[in-house]
Amino acid sequence: MFKSGLRIMLAGVVLASGAVQAAGVAADGQKIVMQGDGSGAPCLACHGMDGVGNDAGGFPRLAGLDVEYLAKQMHDYNSGTRVSPIMQPNVDNLSEQQILDVAAYYASQPVPAVKAPDVSDDMMALGEKLATRGDWSKHLPSCNSCHGPGNAGVGAAFPGIAGQHPTYIRQQLKAWQNGSRHNDPVQLMTGVAERLTDAEIEAVAAYLAAQPVTVAEGGQ
Amino acid sequence: MNHFNALTLAASASVLASTVLAAEPKVPVNLPAHKEGAYVHQAPTLEDLNADTSIHPELREVILKGRDLFNNTQQLRGKYVFNDMSCRNCHMGEGGQNWSGPVWPAATTLPDFRGKNGHVNSLEERIAGCFAYSMNGTPPAYGSDEMVALSAYHQWLATGAPVYERNISGRGFSSLGKNIPDDISYEAGQAVYQENCAVCHGDDGAGQRANGKVVFPALWGDHSYNWGAGISRIFTAASFIHLNMPLGKPGSLSEQDAWNVAWYINSQERPQDPRFTGDAAETREKHLNFHKHTRYGTEFNGQVLGQHDNTGDKPFLKPDSLKPRSFTFE
Repeated sequence: MFKSGLRIMLAGVVLASGAVQAAGVAADGQKIVMQGDGSGAPCLACHGMDGVGNDAGGFPRLAGLDVEYLAKQMHDYNSGTRVSPIMQPNVDNLSEQQILDVAAYYASQPVPAVKAPDVSDDMMALGEKLATRGDWSKHLPSCNSCHGPGNAGVGAAFPGIAGQHPTYIRQQLKAWQNGSRHNDPVQLMTGVAERLTDAEIEAVAAYLAAQPVTVAEGGQ
Repeated sequence: MNHFNALTLAASASVLASTVLAAEPKVPVNLPAHKEGAYVHQAPTLEDLNADTSIHPELREVILKGRDLFNNTQQLRGKYVFNDMSCRNCHMGEGGQNWSGPVWPAATTLPDFRGKNGHVNSLEERIAGCFAYSMNGTPPAYGSDEMVALSAYHQWLATGAPVYERNISGRGFSSLGKNIPDDISYEAGQAVYQENCAVCHGDDGAGQRANGKVVFPALWGDHSYNWGAGISRIFTAASFIHLNMPLGKPGSLSEQDAWNVAWYINSQERPQDPRFTGDAAETREKHLNFHKHTRYGTEFNGQVLGQHDNTGDKPFLKPDSLKPRSFTFE
């Protein structure tokens, strides 16, 4: 109660002084990535200074993701529409400007390749089918019909998922299935995720991880 | 129990509810039941095509080319296609999906008389219509490699379907009927659009691209379907939206929301109807069997919709293929 009251007060002060910048500053974000929000682990502990993340830990690659998408996720952790016991305490003290700065920093990092899991050819083929054609027998559009060519992402709402760590993709699809993540616009991911079997989740995560990453240009 | 505060109680109640209802989908697929006695088709898949050894390898190549053109019609942009559309944008599931305007019936029910142009149409002429209106372009020539490939793809999708069967379940886009509700509302449609459609198609209906490629097609404006497209009819758009949009959520919008958002989208300007006479109201009258279902040539916000010379990206108005014909055999 005290904390949120304070935050509202601070926001009021900042707003009154006109100091809120519309865009994040990557250089300022870099400092926050190293220092954290003052109450938890610094971002780099899990996501790395370069934003490469870590598959074993389920920590996503952030490098090269859309800046608005990244900022929205931090907002959503704070509002509770995206639940993570790890992320919440680590971003809850960030100011609006700091959130934008961190997002700007990681969005500007060059995109590394991630290591794809070693799965059978059949699994990889199933993953490719789901990612590029979908399965209309159960009303599943392909990933790329929203995440764009090469699943490299489209605008702020549809992040790049090619070259993302497979553990993270699996965890998120499960989180949509069980409702612990429900920050998708128009429940677009909820509907898709809950129609996937465990094997299909495994397959699509493996396929996406194995895809070369490009950063999408464009959007609205 | 009484030491629980309201918030905790509410939270545990919702946890309980979600546990109990775990089998209930959060985003159910709501499609109409198939009509009794109607033919229900199961279109073949790419896997079926590749596994079918009875198909000549060259035919398989042609069918695959047709499928490729169908799914990525944008490869013909600037030549035959002059807007953001690919065939699969309206005909879901690569053209085979029931309730999503499956295209195979064109291969089993044509040649037949079509009211839209008032003569007997072949499969190729039907496909040509999509290029002329929905894709605001001009069709590949009859008998061309592209046309043969697209025709072959249609016919292959029809594998196993009875020829000239007309009682087909899940065909076309008219599940909501053709009568526009009396209480249809532009403002309500705008609200539905902002809430459900704008995240993909944009606040301004211009769609979205990534790395230069269309991901979400424009729903109005220069890069969308023209005023002669089937989906510029309110009932066609409403039925399409109701059972296909938002993508992956068939039947999630109420019928009323679908009608209202179709009305909103189809009240926006778009490229000229290729049949334009120079006067939209006159063109509407001339093709009233079609335009009685659109807002074209009627007044909205002090303007007559469609009264303009804008043909979008297309550097001409009317493709040569659009012409009346008669079959008066001597």
